[in-house]
Amino acid sequence: MTGLPVAVLLGGLTVLLAVVPRLLWRALPWFTRVQCSRFAAFQGVRIPPTPPPAGWRSPAAWRQLAYHLLSPFVGAAAAFLVATAWGGSFVGLLSFLPPRLEPPPMVFEYNLRDGRVLGIFMGVGLVLLILAPFLARGMAALDLLVARTLLGPSRSELGQRIETLTESRAGVIDAADAERRRIERDLHDGAQQRLVSLAMNLGLARATLTDLPEPARVAIEQAHEEAKQALKELRDFVRGLHPAVLNDQGLDAALSGVAARAPVPVRLRVDIERRTSPTIEAVAFFIVSEALTNIAKHASATRAEVNVRRERDRLHVEVYDDGCGGAALDGGTGLRGLAQRIDAVDGSLRLSSPLGGPTTIEVELPCE
Amino acid sequence: MRVVLAEDSVLLREGLIRLLDASGMEVVAAVDEAEGLLRAAEEHRPELVITDVRMPPTHTDEGLRAALLLRRQQPGLAVLVLSQYVEERYAAQLLASAATGGVGYLLKDRVADVAEFIDALRRVASGGTALDPEVVAQLLLRGNSDPLERLTPREHEVLQLMAEGRSNAGIGQALVLSEGAVGKHIGNIFTKLDLSPAEGDHRRVLAVLRFLRIRSLP
Repeated sequence: MTGLPVAVLLGGLTVLLAVVPRLLWRALPWFTRVQCSRFAAFQGVRIPPTPPPAGWRSPAAWRQLAYHLLSPFVGAAAAFLVATAWGGSFVGLLSFLPPRLEPPPMVFEYNLRDGRVLGIFMGVGLVLLILAPFLARGMAALDLLVARTLLGPSRSELGQRIETLTESRAGVIDAADAERRRIERDLHDGAQQRLVSLAMNLGLARATLTDLPEPARVAIEQAHEEAKQALKELRDFVRGLHPAVLNDQGLDAALSGVAARAPVPVRLRVDIERRTSPTIEAVAFFIVSEALTNIAKHASATRAEVNVRRERDRLHVEVYDDGCGGAALDGGTGLRGLAQRIDAVDGSLRLSSPLGGPTTIEVELPCE
Repeated sequence: MRVVLAEDSVLLREGLIRLLDASGMEVVAAVDEAEGLLRAAEEHRPELVITDVRMPPTHTDEGLRAALLLRRQQPGLAVLVLSQYVEERYAAQLLASAATGGVGYLLKDRVADVAEFIDALRRVASGGTALDPEVVAQLLLRGNSDPLERLTPREHEVLQLMAEGRSNAGIGQALVLSEGAVGKHIGNIFTKLDLSPAEGDHRRVLAVLRFLRIRSLP
């Protein structure tokens, strides 16, 4: 007759041992979230999240578990210490009041009517009163330190994360670059050829159909001019996107095209023995073309200079103009976008542009 | 005039054939890749070859390489290279490729201006040159201790138009100058560039281009 209760007991124990830890393990991220939001709410501190526990082997999960087991004790100890300090100061400072508030004698005998004892009590109370806020802060800091150590990512995890981010960033940049090249190729094979053909046919019609009535001739003329304009706009767009010449011939050739089209005279010097990666080439091209556009738009310069040279694994790009200066990275100019693209490949940018000019942009890019 | 045409875009190829037909030129062969161009030029012995730069299989510069090869194989063959972008080094290679025979290098867009394009074709076929203004601008860009810096802006403009292959009258029209004034500018240019002035429009242009070519090579 005792079989049933024993079975129930054993079953219950099994359930308790097998299911509860698993549930707790599952609930781990939830506990962590609660704790993190506690720190966010009371201390205004954001504890960076760790990757979600992948399994029993995840050190982050075990650290979290350790925190949740430890934190009640830390919390309790801290609360006790702080409460004692505040309470002690209260009692000490008020010990001059009539003996109704007098605490019962504890380990040693004392007499609060004795002036010296009263002095010591009040002194200790004062010290505790001064120390209590610091103690409370210290405990909060300790709490936070423990949480950061155990709930936040460890040093190696952070290192790993930086590595992953660096890799994925490089991937994103390369992908964007490849996408630009693909769009350029598509436009070249498609729309550009079609537009050239259209403009040519309209030009042919314009040249040969001279006996058409006036309105028809005017219409053809207009269509021809517009087709040529569209062609020019498309060409300029493709050039800004990722010029084919950059792929085929490298930076030197692509830059001489940009410099030749600039409205101010540009002196161009390119000294690159070995071609850099396509991404760096694209960034360097973008820098020079953006800088020259800026010079044309804002600098009212009479001349500009572009120097590009490769020194071992660094590519130096320097753009100079004798214009009015006053260029700023946070201005409405294209320099901001430029800085972002340089940042994305871990390059550095130096801008010198005093009011009245001249302006020099110096950029250093890692080649690999 | 007998012409061999190489262009991989069907639309443009057909359009160019129509355009050349309408201008009284005979397209004896139209191909879509560089190998075909070499064969057709061998077979038909045309007076003028028009070729795109970027063609199959690699879509880089096979058209240009074919043009350079043809100019070595058939001295005197006139070649006009069309391209989606112009590159000074291509221009330099083309100009260096032979002393005789016309050579032209134009942006594809230029075919839209039919009359000017046909004009350029005829100039090239008769041994002259037709360089895209963008090529000339690039060629003028380079250099350090620069004889070109001694030129006045006006002389610069004249030189640029000369390099495109224009005549004195054409330059005068473009800059609103009398022919006499143009002649004077050109004389100054030659003096400043240490070129002895030679007789005839065409040879002067070549002299200037040769100078540009030297400068454009590192």
